[in-house]
Amino acid sequence: MTTLTKRTLSHLDWLESEAIYILREVAGQCSNPVLLFSGGKDSLCILRLAEKAFRPGRFPFPLMHIDTGHNYKEVVDFRDQRAKELSERLIVRSVEDSMKRGSVVLKTPDEPRNKHQSVTLLEAIEEFGFDCCIGGARRDEEKARAKERIMSFRDEFGQWDPKNQRPELWNLYNARSHKGENIRAFPISNWTEMDVWQYIERENLELPSIYFAHQRDVVMRGGAIFPVNVPLTNGQIINQPKSGDEVINMQVRFRTVGDITCTAPVQSDADTTEKIVIETATTTITERGATRLDDQTSDASMELRKKEGYF
Amino acid sequence: MTTPHNDSLLRFMTCGSVDDGKSTLIGRLLFDTKTILADTLTQITRTSEKRGLEAVDLSLLTDGLQAEREQGITIDVAYRYFSTGTRKYIIADAPGHEQYTRNMVTAASTANLAIILIDARKGVLTQTRRHSFLAHLVGIPHIVVAVNKMDLVNYDQTIYDKICADYLAFATEIGLQRDDHDISFIPMSALNGDMLVDRGDAMPWYTGDTLLEMLEAAPPAHSERAEQFRFPVQFVCRPHASDNPELHDFRGFMGRIESGDIAIGDAVTVLPSGLSSKVKAIQIGEEQLQNATTEQSITLLLEDEIDTSRGDMIVKTGQSPEPVKQIETMLCWLSETPLSTARTYIVRHTTRESKAKVGSISYKVDVNTLAQLPADGLAMNDIARISFKLAQALMVDSYTTNRATGAFILIDESTNNTVGAGMIT
Repeated sequence: MTTLTKRTLSHLDWLESEAIYILREVAGQCSNPVLLFSGGKDSLCILRLAEKAFRPGRFPFPLMHIDTGHNYKEVVDFRDQRAKELSERLIVRSVEDSMKRGSVVLKTPDEPRNKHQSVTLLEAIEEFGFDCCIGGARRDEEKARAKERIMSFRDEFGQWDPKNQRPELWNLYNARSHKGENIRAFPISNWTEMDVWQYIERENLELPSIYFAHQRDVVMRGGAIFPVNVPLTNGQIINQPKSGDEVINMQVRFRTVGDITCTAPVQSDADTTEKIVIETATTTITERGATRLDDQTSDASMELRKKEGYF
Repeated sequence: MTTPHNDSLLRFMTCGSVDDGKSTLIGRLLFDTKTILADTLTQITRTSEKRGLEAVDLSLLTDGLQAEREQGITIDVAYRYFSTGTRKYIIADAPGHEQYTRNMVTAASTANLAIILIDARKGVLTQTRRHSFLAHLVGIPHIVVAVNKMDLVNYDQTIYDKICADYLAFATEIGLQRDDHDISFIPMSALNGDMLVDRGDAMPWYTGDTLLEMLEAAPPAHSERAEQFRFPVQFVCRPHASDNPELHDFRGFMGRIESGDIAIGDAVTVLPSGLSSKVKAIQIGEEQLQNATTEQSITLLLEDEIDTSRGDMIVKTGQSPEPVKQIETMLCWLSETPLSTARTYIVRHTTRESKAKVGSISYKVDVNTLAQLPADGLAMNDIARISFKLAQALMVDSYTTNRATGAFILIDESTNNTVGAGMIT
């Protein structure tokens, strides 16, 4: 075989280009899309990709956060700051409003609210008439996601039916939907956690401080590190230690940021992006395994949540 | 970069059924490249024990959805990732049964290399022919024939040699041997890890590359021949309402270069209008580039104001594909609802859409015997030679010349489902 001397893209350039292409397909095919933005590292990558896709124009979609009320203040502040810097419109809809409306009913007051985000998200989709939600899910995160499409179809109830997904060939994405139906678009499907951190490093992206090593009061529960006495944005303190808990002050960082009641940090002294990239390269535990206390309930729990409309 | 610098990316697919050890092969690649982390391993170790297995079953790593696990079968394409420090890999893992032709075609559509698994005890089977034909049809340039389960035939070289000879005879017969395709062979035991990442010491008679060495050496897509510049417009950026008055005349054509290269000053033609101009600027976001190459997503600015919108295609002047209103194709039918020759479908080709009706079906292909059969309709997993009449002209290349501008999907207007995948001949 003859090989031409030709410039080929590095893996990060390739992934970046693919993601930009997907974002532009959403903009070209959908009439009212929205970008789900939590302030977390994956969605911050997507914001940078959206800048590369659409600047010098404005984003052809608003940003939206489904706020569980269980978010770290550092992340919420960062979310607001970033949206302001970009001069893009940020919509916030809150699980607590759904609770007030009665569409979300908690079994226990402090239970994790990740699964309830689905309800609030569907309410927001209906309120604004969004036909596509762009999200930061990656196929390497969890088994159930390995077969997820780049453009994933959801029916009127927001349900994902693994047996009824559109075949996806070449880069010919089909984001068509009827009124009431919805597409979830995942521009960084093909990225791994390592790719995300390498991209953050290359692009010099700023992140909420809790991604970096910091001192925090924690207790050990079932082998996982559990953060305690965490202040919420409304001033309330949650995750109070139970009697008998031994509170330790530990140097930790978060690999993912989510609901405070079910997101565990890892012990780490990586206080820069460079150090995190090195730590990620040598880690022995998956991102979700280390940090999500709610996915392990059953082997297939993510799949069950997705069927209910989780992104 | 601080750590593993990957200078390229390779997408490949694996063809075979569960019985060929496909899941074990993928599990082994992930495991031996240290992609499997401790908690995942604990999980599959537990499942292996629960099933009464003595060793950890690496195939469980790629066992996906609940419904599939209940049936004990893989029914959809799954994507897996690993990285070697020099290259990032995306594996499209396609189930191999006959009824899943559509999944194989889906996985093949983005792959630049296919690993075709053969069970050393069974040799070249009907399914081997089917997988090879489909990989060839969908234009995968590099084929690796992996003769697996060598441990079960005492690592016998004569058995391996015979299978290679059988395969080559059949490949020649169906025209798989071509200048732009290459076929490599490798003996292996995915179960024991022989010749995947490590050579093992069971097959000293084999002196070729290990599977991973073959993957590391495979040329990336688009790198092997010169291609003409094709730039389908995805989105037009006109920030005329911007606060910045300098942007009032900004008109950027956004898209991904599907093939070829472009530089500032190049003469270009916009299709289908046929109007010509020169490239004024190339940008990624607000970063200015002098030139850009295949697979880059860029924004193009032209010297002249030409009315251009999504679905148009920018090419280099003098290299225009012919706009056509009828296409001859090989089509794979993907839907449970059969093709209707009476109905109108939507063809999506690059970023352009057109209504389409069936012209005529010349024949369908029996994917097992490769015989051409008469057909007056198509059911799921059928592959046929078929022509379409188009309401709007498309700017096409033949699929063998250009996978991006030779491919299309068919969409059912009533359900919005993707019902067909086509390659223009």
